Amino acid sequence: MTAGEPVLEVEDLRVRLRTPRGPADVVNGLSYTVGAGETVAVVGESGSGKSVSVLALLGLLPARVATVTGRALLQGEDLLTMAPDRLRQVRGAGAGMVFQDPMTSLNPVLTIGRQLVEGIRAHGDVSKADARSRAAELLREVGLPDPEGALDRYPHELSGGMRQRVVIAIALSNSPSLLIADEATTALDVTVQAQIIDLIEGLQDEHGTGVIWITHDLGVVAGIADRVLVMYGGRCVEDGTVDDVLERPAHPYTRGLLGSLPDLAAPVGPDGEVPELTAIPGLPPPPTDLPQGCVFWPRCPVRADPRCETEQPPLAVVSRAPAGGPAGATASGAYTGDGAGLPHRAATWCTEGVDGGSRG
Amino acid sequence: MTGAPVPEPGNSPDTPAGAPGTSPVATLRPARPRSRETLSLLAHNPTAAIASVLLLLIVVVAVFDETIAPDGANDIEVADRLQSPSWEHPFGTDDLGRDILSRVILGASVSLKVGFLAVGFALVVGTMIGLLAGYYGKWVDDVLMRFMDMLFAFPAVLLAIAVLAVRGPGSGNTALAIGIVYTPIFARVTRASVLGVREEVYVRASRSVGASDWRILTRHILPNAAPPIIVQTSISLAFAVLAEAALSFLGLGTQPPDPSWGLMLAEGRGYIQLAWWLAFFPGMAIFLTVLCFNLLGDGLRDALDPRQRTLMAGGGK
Amino acid sequence: MSEDVLVSARGLEVHFPVGGGGFRRAPAGVLRAVDGVDLDVLRGETLGLVGESGCGKSTLGNALLRLVPPTGGTVTFDGTDVTALDRRGLKEMRRRAGMVFQDPFASLDPRRTVAQTVSEPLEVHGLRSGKRERAARVGELLELVGLDPAVAGRYPHEFSGGQRQRVGIARALAGEPDFLVCDEAIASLDVSVQAQVLNLLRRLQRQLGLTLLFISHDLSAVRHISDRIAVMYLGRVVEVGPAAAVGSAPEMPYTQALLSAVPLPHPAQERARQRIVLTGDVPSPSAVPSGCRFRTRCPYVFEPCDDVDPALQPAGAPGQLAACHLHGVVGTPVTATPEGVTADP
Repeated sequence: MTAGEPVLEVEDLRVRLRTPRGPADVVNGLSYTVGAGETVAVVGESGSGKSVSVLALLGLLPARVATVTGRALLQGEDLLTMAPDRLRQVRGAGAGMVFQDPMTSLNPVLTIGRQLVEGIRAHGDVSKADARSRAAELLREVGLPDPEGALDRYPHELSGGMRQRVVIAIALSNSPSLLIADEATTALDVTVQAQIIDLIEGLQDEHGTGVIWITHDLGVVAGIADRVLVMYGGRCVEDGTVDDVLERPAHPYTRGLLGSLPDLAAPVGPDGEVPELTAIPGLPPPPTDLPQGCVFWPRCPVRADPRCETEQPPLAVVSRAPAGGPAGATASGAYTGDGAGLPHRAATWCTEGVDGGSRG
Repeated sequence: MTGAPVPEPGNSPDTPAGAPGTSPVATLRPARPRSRETLSLLAHNPTAAIASVLLLLIVVVAVFDETIAPDGANDIEVADRLQSPSWEHPFGTDDLGRDILSRVILGASVSLKVGFLAVGFALVVGTMIGLLAGYYGKWVDDVLMRFMDMLFAFPAVLLAIAVLAVRGPGSGNTALAIGIVYTPIFARVTRASVLGVREEVYVRASRSVGASDWRILTRHILPNAAPPIIVQTSISLAFAVLAEAALSFLGLGTQPPDPSWGLMLAEGRGYIQLAWWLAFFPGMAIFLTVLCFNLLGDGLRDALDPRQRTLMAGGGK
Repeated sequence: MSEDVLVSARGLEVHFPVGGGGFRRAPAGVLRAVDGVDLDVLRGETLGLVGESGCGKSTLGNALLRLVPPTGGTVTFDGTDVTALDRRGLKEMRRRAGMVFQDPFASLDPRRTVAQTVSEPLEVHGLRSGKRERAARVGELLELVGLDPAVAGRYPHEFSGGQRQRVGIARALAGEPDFLVCDEAIASLDVSVQAQVLNLLRRLQRQLGLTLLFISHDLSAVRHISDRIAVMYLGRVVEVGPAAAVGSAPEMPYTQALLSAVPLPHPAQERARQRIVLTGDVPSPSAVPSGCRFRTRCPYVFEPCDDVDPALQPAGAPGQLAACHLHGVVGTPVTATPEGVTADP
């Protein structure tokens, strides 16, 4: 694949779930692309639709309750209209997934080796012995000490960090072009999280894998993402390069989220006082009862435009990264397509004081 | 950061009357007592609802049996013996010319009384033992539960027969015998449920504010451990009615000439080819009662399941 | 220390028997959840207790209130020995010390209304006589934590996580405690709600003059709310000191690694920064390494680390203590025992 060609193109993805409380619009028109070697972070709180949006991509939502519309091209093939058999092939070979809890994504009664070998053989005509040596190689690649021995161990014999490495090895076993990490480090301690992030970044550089990193942790995002997409109430409320979104947030929700974070690097006042956090009051809207106007309106401290309450703001460009500037997308080296000039967009009517104004 | 002031949440309570959709409290249904909620959930389950109505009917019949029954239990009309069902005797008459409808009605109170007494005994004693064993654990658990295991390992009918042999036949002793047989079941169900609840954080939270064991047991553990016990009660009632019938059938329970469904079944056995109605109607009464208790038990199991509760409560809105 | 200390632990140990099972239930080993902790909580301060999962920070918090029985050492609360309290003394101690738990969905009894939950301490300790007075007090408490008193009659399942946590805080405050232990009180909440609860706890601490022990794995949150920070590793406090010192210039290599691993929401800083990535995993608390317990992962390990169990000693800023031989070899030499290697008493 040529550098810069998008691995995944999502267009106007919508997910509606049938719930006892009525239809819930969990994802409402999400569009983004992931390039080879690029990391796109999808950020949001619980209920923002960030996890559902990727489950929908891979056809992992039960068809009985979920209606998925839109387009999602994985290397040119639409995942949403794909035949179930083909989709099963694509999961794994085309797109690997790493979930939050490594214990539940591994089968507790099968050895690590068996689970890896199964995945490898399901997607290619490989002999058992070859698959086993490939499995050991994968485990070595994800930094498991004694990979040969680990093949014969059961998941419960490994620590949380080691289990997550095994899950990553399984996800990467068929060299997918896309890796989806859904809160992959949330259950891990920070020192282990640092190891896993290093690991994924290294593997990504090596293989040119596109990564969708779903998380609620803006700190993790700052470290790994090229681009950030902030979700709220099933909508993308802001997207852009990681520097634009985190350093010059345009949407009141993004600003509120950043203000909610206790910051280790925050300057301490003259009396040694750490300033109070600017918390967002209230709670996210239930997906069964989304507000008519801006999704953030009920909690918004700004509300500077009369349209906020009644009219949904479109995702519009608020600023353009300076041409040739140090946009985040080039940091990892692989993605050099549209990344450098990537627009910074936000879905808000209130944009004054954003351009040039940096936070902190 | 932008300078727009964000209201301090501590000073602006999350009132339910906030802006639309800000607070889930606003969108949720008003608080209702749990028992009423359980009842309304039960009403949404047609099978359980029908079963409850039928059971209520049976209980009413049992309570007002003397008024409802057309004849007395032992009004002997030798001339009318072994008559098949007719307008005058809808369920027919038995070998002594007694009206079977009246005897089924009057037998209801005997059967149900034994059932309720037996299950009541097992419920009180078994729940207490299970509660203590589950909460205190260690040697309390060992001693109480080994004793329960001993009772449980004994063949049920043999145990009941032994109790009746010692204390003599009669409905009171039948109830006691059945009650003893069912005690270990309640003890086990309660203990298992308590073991789960005991480890809940809210129990530790209650202890952290200084609550006594008694308070924790009665206010937190018992109410939260109750659902499986309630379901067990309903199902045990069915089995107790059956057991009473079985013991009376064996001649160990209710003694003639008192009417009891099991006894009537036993007495009708000899006439099964000559006059089927002697055994059929008391048999149907047992069948219906047991079925209703079982269906009610199933319905309760669903209604008391918290996951089911949210689902159905949401759907019912 | 003097009358400034409200809660103090000396050589505190909580060991659990592990394994065994079977018929006779003979334990196969010992899990050293808390293994010789010396810690003072000063009156009126917020002490942050950080550490990774399994380091024993929660067990320590529970042991200070005797919710988990200590197996060794002492705890004093306002001058009285907590480990020796009788039933009545323990009850009074629990009035004076409240606890807020991690999971707001599990810490409230689903069958009891908010009012019943919050008034439990009032009933237990006979703090308000009569239903009316108790109801009024519950209203006050709910207002104090930022909830509408009108919600008192509702059940927990009608509330969001953040609101439930406020109810949990109201319950902990009902007995008018001096000491409040928050055990991962914000860990299960969304970021924006975490900030609400952090602000609330800080406000309450000042308004009511509480002494707060804030237990968390989140160094940023701990740094934000605490006056002093204690860092735990494998059942031991390995560094303690003023928040500014421990949070920006830690002296113990483990704290340095922990601090460097915390991701910050600033892309430029994140890209520029050198992380100290520790190798390997935390050893199991049932097989604690001899000598310094951090030596298996420490980048600076040198000769005395194997043989001497380091004690807390002054390092860095005033009031800052670290258990590390880099600041001078101080501690207890180790001797081998049949069941493993332990420090000589």
